[in-house]
Amino acid sequence: MNKRIRRFGIALIVLYGALFAQLNWLQVVKANAYNKSPYNNRETVRDFSQPRGKIFTSDHIVVAESIPTDDKLKFQRTYPFGSLYAHTVGYFSLSYGTDGVENAYNDLLAGRTDAQRFSNPLNVFGSADHTADVTMTIRADVQLAAQQALGDKEGSVVVIDPRTGAILAMYSNVTYDPNLLASHDLPTVRKVRTFLNLLPAKPLLAKPFRERYFPGSTFKVITAAAGLSSGKVTPQTPIYPQASSFTPPLTTTPLKNFGGQTCGGALFDVLAQSCNSAFAQMGVEIGGDQLTKTAEAFGFNQVVPFDLPNGARSIFPTADQFFQDTPKLAQSAIGQNDVQATPLQMALVAAAVANDGSIMTPYLVQSVVGRDGRTLHSANIHEWRRAVDPSVARTLRDAMIGVVTNGSAVRMAIEGVEVGGKTGTAELGTTPPSAHAWTIGFAGPPGNARVAVAVLVTAQPGAAEQTGGTVAAPIAQAVINAVLALPDTFAKP
Amino acid sequence: MKPARPRRTELSLIIIAVVIVGGAYVLASLGRTSSIPVNVIPFTATVLGLLVAGHVGIRILAPNADPVLFPLAALLNGIGYVFIARLNRRQAASQSTWTLVGIAALVITLVVIRRVRDLERYQWTLALAGVGALVLPLAPVIGRTVNGSRLWVHLGGLSFQPGEFSKVCFAAFFAGYLINKRELLASATWRIGPIHLPDPRHLGPVVLAWGGSILVMTAEKDLGSSLMLFTLFLVMLWLATERPLYLVSGFFMFAGAAYVAWRHFAHVQRRVTIWLHPWHDPTGASLQIVQASFAFAWGGILGVGPGRGDPGRIPEASTDFIFAVIGEELGLVGATAILAAYVLMIGVGLRIAVRSERQFDKLLAVGLTTILGVQSFVIIGGVVRLVPLTGLTLPFLSFGGSSLIANYIVLALLLRISDEQAQREIRQRLGTTADSTEPEYAELPTGVQA
Repeated sequence: MNKRIRRFGIALIVLYGALFAQLNWLQVVKANAYNKSPYNNRETVRDFSQPRGKIFTSDHIVVAESIPTDDKLKFQRTYPFGSLYAHTVGYFSLSYGTDGVENAYNDLLAGRTDAQRFSNPLNVFGSADHTADVTMTIRADVQLAAQQALGDKEGSVVVIDPRTGAILAMYSNVTYDPNLLASHDLPTVRKVRTFLNLLPAKPLLAKPFRERYFPGSTFKVITAAAGLSSGKVTPQTPIYPQASSFTPPLTTTPLKNFGGQTCGGALFDVLAQSCNSAFAQMGVEIGGDQLTKTAEAFGFNQVVPFDLPNGARSIFPTADQFFQDTPKLAQSAIGQNDVQATPLQMALVAAAVANDGSIMTPYLVQSVVGRDGRTLHSANIHEWRRAVDPSVARTLRDAMIGVVTNGSAVRMAIEGVEVGGKTGTAELGTTPPSAHAWTIGFAGPPGNARVAVAVLVTAQPGAAEQTGGTVAAPIAQAVINAVLALPDTFAKP
Repeated sequence: MKPARPRRTELSLIIIAVVIVGGAYVLASLGRTSSIPVNVIPFTATVLGLLVAGHVGIRILAPNADPVLFPLAALLNGIGYVFIARLNRRQAASQSTWTLVGIAALVITLVVIRRVRDLERYQWTLALAGVGALVLPLAPVIGRTVNGSRLWVHLGGLSFQPGEFSKVCFAAFFAGYLINKRELLASATWRIGPIHLPDPRHLGPVVLAWGGSILVMTAEKDLGSSLMLFTLFLVMLWLATERPLYLVSGFFMFAGAAYVAWRHFAHVQRRVTIWLHPWHDPTGASLQIVQASFAFAWGGILGVGPGRGDPGRIPEASTDFIFAVIGEELGLVGATAILAAYVLMIGVGLRIAVRSERQFDKLLAVGLTTILGVQSFVIIGGVVRLVPLTGLTLPFLSFGGSSLIANYIVLALLLRISDEQAQREIRQRLGTTADSTEPEYAELPTGVQA
């Protein structure tokens, strides 16, 4: 009998081995799939039924907080300013996940990083509140100024401190109210989202850094930088001929000046007048290699490093695409053809000029502080890339100041402040006529700009006559005024 | 070997079990409320007191019994209590009472059954008791149907599942009956083709057992107990006769009956459908099993920690599905430790069977081990979706008084068998008895002579 008892024992061990194998299947192999199953809302409920840190502006105004509720999820995420910060703060939605700072700093806000969980030995066992608060670099007053200045117009405003890369304001219209997506009333949330997705203006898209536009004449700053860097262009030479158009080699189609005007002269003059014929010629003369090199030095063809993910790449043709295609080169030199840029990228172009040719890595989050007062994250201020030499940057700065004092950007001028700028009007079509109106620029005490800005008012029906100088420049002026209204808090490290 | 030696081992193991259970209790409270429970000292003292009481009982009544079984059961019982307390305070209060009664039942069993042979003598009485207990829930006034199964008897404010006790009775009856009839059952008197069969008269009880399990399955709608009883009988029949034919034919008989049941009974069909296609109706019929799978997945390898899971999602978490709660909160590691405890228990039970000299003891020990091992397998297998789910409680771990008491009685019988064998071995070594060659018929002195 003993032989059979042993055999029976082996059979039982095999059965228990099968149990062990099945446990491994459930807890290891299939674990992730089950956790993500649509019938399993453990992950979402875990995230939503916990306290979550607040999000502040740099001037300590709460822009996102979790308020205790009586329903199953215990907390309701609330955005006191609604749509104002939607494209930076983002949303925290039960059905649709997260976006913006809510997404990029999710683990810190929820208290799920190891540094937070293991800060106190008893925390490991319990559900003590170890969330963290996020403080952004955005200034509430500047953000509000951007919203008010843009008003009903569709477009984006990016305001940046050129010395550090801190984003002082980032706003775009059309926007949305994140409270509607954070609601626990899921059927309504679904309807709201469906509606938002149907709108052609794409309100959910954070256009300041996730959408590209034709930069138009604002790109001439980069063409000028390429000319100066190549040594073929100086403030004095060459003198571009007075003309109403430029016909590049290899084509008979002329590139016309805006409104058919006649313009020409040295660098400062042609930049102030935003002279297409002169810059098209400049681009052809300095060549595709140099133009592409400088555009990429400013950050084109790369994703700008930023706190928030999924930024769009600004694009400029690579040098080989200009081979035996001077018309394309001429058009690209004035920001047409295949050139596209995000508003953030164009703000960085202005910032580079203001900051001696150096582009600081832009950042949105200044610090993250845990419930226990420990700083868990603070912005690492560092240079992203060098766009041009300091000497070239100084020349460009003077040229852009000229654009404000006696050029297309006069409406940016502020009494007692050194303001530099460049406008752009990217024509998209003539039937019906429509154009993106741009302004980029910087301002501050002479030689020490405190703010760089990019304003884009996108083409819209019924606004055929809008130009950068008339529509975008006053908005830029308004936000610059808001920034300069308060004393400078920045101290050079 | 000194008689007290296994008891010293047992005491050390009990202390380890108490430390583990007390630790788990503290952790579960920390997980739920981030505070150390105020009653941790009284709790640990009570657990220790209960176990030491059981230990003293064993020391007096079965001093040479196996030292591992009782601490293992105590560990499972304690872990089970911690999880029940974490799920349902009210159930925890009655579970602690049942634990007390269970340990008392263990001691009482040891007092009442001083010799294993007593069971052999009363095998027919036990058979009657087993059948009675099995059909008792079918009685009109006192029987109760809970969750679709008619397993409960309600009497004078107390509810219990007599079926849990019938298993023990049947194990003893089968052991006695099969030892008597083994020669007759093993010898072939007629044949169909190449298959030799014993006298049909002796096959009667086999058919009876089969019929009984069918009855349980259909009348009480209790798949688990039915499977359990039939497996118990088959294993014991096979071991007694050493004829695999019984195993094979029994398997096919059960499979046939199960197939017919699946075709004709809605509740069987539902169980099988839920098992094979849990994703057809994950929020309805298969809610429980799907949520259990999610709980296991959520627990992962290390678990979310005692008290930190979300067992409210699984219906009946404290009884049938307590293993899923353990899987979530203690992870693969903890669930495997529980599996290991059961495997260890099976190992000890079978070792007692192998070492026993008397055939009846051997068979009974295997039967009792089968009750623990197969029942644990069937319920855990159901919860992890390896086999169709059947409504069985997990021995020592689940909430439920009847189950706890019955399993402590099983444990007591195993202890009794191992103690008797150890005494026999001691006597053999000391050469005080001459009857060791024929232990089955010799009249042994009942006292300890070592």
